[in-house]
Formats: sequence, structure tokens, C-alpha cells
Amino acid sequence: MFDAGKVIIGLVIFLVLITFPVWYNATIGNASYVPDPQIITTAPACVAPTAYMKASHMDLLNQWRDDVVRRGNREYVAADGTVYNKSLTKTCMDCHSNKAEFCDRCHDYVAVGQPDCWDCHIAPEGGAR
Amino acid sequence: MSIDRRQFFKIAGLATLGLAGKPAYEVFAQGEDVVDSVTVTSETPPVPTGPLTAHRWAMAIDVRKCLDQKDCKKCLLACHQVHNVPDFGNPKDEIKWIWKESFEHAFHEQDFEHLPDDLEHQVVPIFCNHCDNPPCVQVCPTQATFRREDGIVMMDQHRCIGCRYCMAACPYGSRSFNWRDPRPFIKQVDPAYPTRTRGVVEKCTFCDDRLARGLLPACVEACEARAMIFGDLEDAGSGIRELLRQRLAIRRKPGLGTKPEIYYIV
Repeated sequence: MFDAGKVIIGLVIFLVLITFPVWYNATIGNASYVPDPQIITTAPACVAPTAYMKASHMDLLNQWRDDVVRRGNREYVAADGTVYNKSLTKTCMDCHSNKAEFCDRCHDYVAVGQPDCWDCHIAPEGGAR
Repeated sequence: MSIDRRQFFKIAGLATLGLAGKPAYEVFAQGEDVVDSVTVTSETPPVPTGPLTAHRWAMAIDVRKCLDQKDCKKCLLACHQVHNVPDFGNPKDEIKWIWKESFEHAFHEQDFEHLPDDLEHQVVPIFCNHCDNPPCVQVCPTQATFRREDGIVMMDQHRCIGCRYCMAACPYGSRSFNWRDPRPFIKQVDPAYPTRTRGVVEKCTFCDDRLARGLLPACVEACEARAMIFGDLEDAGSGIRELLRQRLAIRRKPGLGTKPEIYYIV
């Protein structure tokens, strides 16, 4: 190989540069940052188990939306028999009034920062950003 | 020790993986209880006691009672307040759920040659007719507007794509399009009711949310003259049926076959 020294140095520089985002984040960046949503409610339980809500709250909200708007069905019966009003602003945000610390932290982290909900629905006072 | 290019790349690759592997594992592989499914019940109890229900919601407007209240706009203001209707201050962008129209214009197809003095040049409240055969519903490509079982022609803002076919189809001009973001133009935002967003069509919904809470439509409640009578058209004993039995009522553009369900008692 001609000019082996120069080629290898060049390759090393190239590799360092192209992998920069990976090792920078892995060592001194904040890739290991995990979002920490704050739950401030005093209610004993959510409308569904926490694990389900974490994974599928969007499905529940979509179902509520269709039930209320299209089927005129506004009552949700939880597994324990409690009846809730199917409402984002009146039920969900009643407990989770801290949108910035509850919704936004995870949504920002996974880069679905501003779901369309808030184009029309009004976040509780102080919860908007 | 000599090293060829192939070996160099392998070592470099492994080193990079080793460096990034552990933090990445910590971030993405943290144990989380995965729930496959949960029973989400969405059945409503069969007979809700609170909400107002009907087989066919309709409204009658006692025009003379309405006209007795000179320049009254209470129904309009109440409606636009509870539904967060913006006021852009110019007729081009105007959003209206209820508005006032002169009697001659509202019923121009009746071709009234000579009107009684108390009706001529007077204004009547106009809003969505909640037609039994609604052309807006037929043309909506996404079924964002649809007719409920109880006769209310509803808007599902979540589905509206802003094509405005419904506005072209509605012969009454009952629909308004949000050309701009309405939020900054709402005088007093009621956080309990959503606003709309740019690019959707909106109109009167007969206060479906208030009916669900057992309340009459906001305009009916606001009308001090009791000129707006709201009720079930299929219930022969309802107040609106009683009124229609006693007095002559006209409807807007009945010849189009849309079967409008707002009756103007004259």
C-alpha cells in the first residue's frame, strides 16, 4: 500500500468524525437520560392500569374520542366499576393538570412533541407551554 | 505485528460497539412490565338518566316573539361564547354558528311579494337546519360530518380535512371554514370546550355536549322571550309538536328536499 501511514491516519480521522455522535452521546452526552414524568394526582387509581396507560393511552384516547363524538357514548366504566366521563380535558387533565411535566416530558423524549390534541383542546392553566 | 485493512475495520467496529453498547443498553432495555391487553369496556349503561335524548331533535322559532325583542343578540352571543367561536372582525373570515338574516333573505325562495309590516326588513336567527336529508353528509369524503340517530347533524373535527365540500353542498350557508388559527380571536376562552384549529369546518351542533349533560341548547336557554322551542319531533306530546299543531310554520328552502328541521312560526 502506498502512503500507508497517511491513508491510515486519514481513515482514523474519518472514522472518529463519522462515529462522533455515537461515542459522544455514549460517553459524555445525555443518551442515557430517561424522561421522568411527574404524577401529581391524589386520585387512588387511573382509569386503567398504569402499565396499560403507559403503552396504550393513545389508543384509549382515540377510542374515547370516537365513542363521544361519533357514538354519543360518554361514560367509561373502569375495571373496578368506577364510572368516568370520557373526556381528555375534564377527566385526564383533571388529575394530570401538569401537562408540561406529565405529557410533554415523554412526548419530547420520543419526539412526538406536540400531538394534535392541543390544537383544539385546551390544556389546564399553567400546563400549556 | 502487521494488520491488514480488513482486520483494522473489524477492530474499529467492535471498539465502537463496545463503547456505545452499555449506555445504549441501559437506555433501551430497561425492564418494563409489558401488558399485552387489558379489557377496555366502552359500553354505556343502557338507560342513561341524566342526558336529554330524543328520536328527532328539532327547533321551532316563534318569529314574532323573537322580533318583539328589538336588536336582541342573546342567543347568538351565548352560543358563540360557550362554543369558543372566534370573532375575526371581518366578514370574509367570519365563523358563525347562529346569525341574523333579514326575513326576506332567509325565505327568499318563498318570494313574498308583500310582507306584513312587522316582518318586513326584520331579522330572524339562522343556523344549521339539521336536515333529515343532509347534503353536507352525502358529500363529506371522510364522514367527518354525519347524521346522528337522534337527527343531529354532527361535526367530527378530528376527521375534517378541510375540503369544504360540505360548504358547497349546504344550501343554507350554515357552515364556516377556519381560514386562520381561531384561538387568538376568541374573546373569552372556555377551557371546558375545545376550540377549532385552522383548516376545519364548523357549525351548530344543537349543543350535543349540553344535551349529554341534561341541559338545553345554549341559545334556547339564553332566549328570554322563549322564542326558541327545542324538542322531540317524534314525540306527539312534546311542546314543539303542540306548537306546530296550533300554528303555521315555514321552513327554509323546503323545495330542495333536504327536509330542514328548523321551523319558523309566522
